[in-house]
Amino acid sequence: MIRLEDVSKRFPGGQEALRNLTMSVEKGEMVFVTGHSGAGKSTLLRLIALIERPTGGQVIVDGQNTRRVSRRKIPAYRRQIGMVFQDHKLLYDRSVFDNVGLPLVIAGVSHRDAARKVRAALDQVGLLQKEKRKPETLSTGEQQRVGIARAIVSRPKLLIADEPTGNLDPDLSLEVMRIFRRFNEVGVTLLIASHDIALIDQLGCRRIPLENGAVKVEEEEDFVAEYADEIGIVPEPRRWR
Amino acid sequence: MAVTKTSEAFVPARPAGPLTRWGLRHIATSVGALGRLASQPFASLMTIMVIAVTLALPAAAHVIIKNVQSLSGSWENALDFSLYLVEGTSADDATRIAELIRQRADVQAVTLILSDQALEEFKSQSGFGEALDYLSVNPLPHTVVVRPASSNTEQSLTLMHEELANLPETDFLQADTEWVQRFHAILDMVQRAITIGAALLAAAIVVIIGNTIRLDIQNRREEIEVTKLIGASNGFVRRPFLYSGLWYGLGGGLLALLLVAYGMFALKDPVGRLAGLYNSSFSVLSLSLTESLAIVGTGVALGLAGSWLAVARHLRRVEPR
Repeated sequence: MIRLEDVSKRFPGGQEALRNLTMSVEKGEMVFVTGHSGAGKSTLLRLIALIERPTGGQVIVDGQNTRRVSRRKIPAYRRQIGMVFQDHKLLYDRSVFDNVGLPLVIAGVSHRDAARKVRAALDQVGLLQKEKRKPETLSTGEQQRVGIARAIVSRPKLLIADEPTGNLDPDLSLEVMRIFRRFNEVGVTLLIASHDIALIDQLGCRRIPLENGAVKVEEEEDFVAEYADEIGIVPEPRRWR
Repeated sequence: MAVTKTSEAFVPARPAGPLTRWGLRHIATSVGALGRLASQPFASLMTIMVIAVTLALPAAAHVIIKNVQSLSGSWENALDFSLYLVEGTSADDATRIAELIRQRADVQAVTLILSDQALEEFKSQSGFGEALDYLSVNPLPHTVVVRPASSNTEQSLTLMHEELANLPETDFLQADTEWVQRFHAILDMVQRAITIGAALLAAAIVVIIGNTIRLDIQNRREEIEVTKLIGASNGFVRRPFLYSGLWYGLGGGLLALLLVAYGMFALKDPVGRLAGLYNSSFSVLSLSLTESLAIVGTGVALGLAGSWLAVARHLRRVEPR
């Protein structure tokens, strides 16, 4: 689903966010990218969302080389991917319903279909009762769930999330992760950037640890250490459950 | 029990055609843009007022010129020639000449003022009265006042002027068309000046709307970024701003019409009274339907142009960070 080959990203200031990163995520996988802030997690997701372009290497998403996606085609490309952000990026002057429906409005889905899909998405995150509310009247956890509903409303095959639990307390975080897990169970591929190791361990998903823009070899974790060589060197990663 | 179920689940939903969907989307966007303007009524009204006044100024000037033209046009039609006959022409000859001129097709009316009659009139109106009794001879000539038919053109008037002046009995022909021509030249000049002024004001409207939309883009920067982030095309992001510009222009145009109409209404009575004092039936001409449509259309076009400029310049720069 996602394949990065020898990807580098150097910012105009000379700062290197990613160094020759090679990794891949299979269809139907749920994978976490971990690492300290500044390790390159966000940059990785931004390359996949085409918010940034790599300075070197290839990013291939669902068989599409992002290099070949022209500026004009970026909107259509982004519509295939669901995106969840740490700060939710909701529109605060619109209702929950309108926020979740925005991708459908953009895609030009008819009003009736849209309403049905929005309700289905809200139902999946447990916010069906709050569709008329404005986001600011909701708790942070609920706002994040609105953001998730918006990301999945047009049923993307791939969902990327940048620190989706960054602002949430452990209980809410776990709830959000469970929601993600349910999507994964119906076939959605997920790539989630997070530094919440404890939470990730609880879920038992594969991890791609980043450090200084490259995959880090983690020795202290037995099962990771076992495959460390593969993670670091072999472009084809394995799936853990 | 035979269940014939015709609930909507079994009726395939009629898919809206792409054109219908396109139309619906535009309607939704335009209504949305209108709602956004309505949500800030004061600010929107201020912008619309500025546009309205800017549009109303040249429109009002145009209407005033139009009225003056129609007024001076009626002067031109009523322009009389005064034909003074040579001294010594008998009253009979004068009557004969007047009769001859009356038969011309390009003449509407002829009034003959015989010299005695003229003297009487002069005596009674000038206040010299008895002093004039001491004159041994009447110094005044017979006068034929010729009113040309309204069908005359400038050329035919010149021709008539020549013919009348060349009559053997004509001593002097007075036709004061010059000042009317000068007046028309001035009107032309003023009209040209108004056109230039209108062009400048149109540019001002484009700038005003462009700036309003630019501020709007800045205020909604975050929203634009978010919508772009979840896959909105430039066209999608652009549309509401273009509609805002359109609404500003339309609102401004309609309000300008109201302003001009009100102005004309306010002038109607005083002008009527003034015209009455001059025994004229002149009445104020207001904007025609075509002119009204032109004003509103100009407003809309300028609104679109202004917002297009702002959008083309500023929207591209708003990219998700």
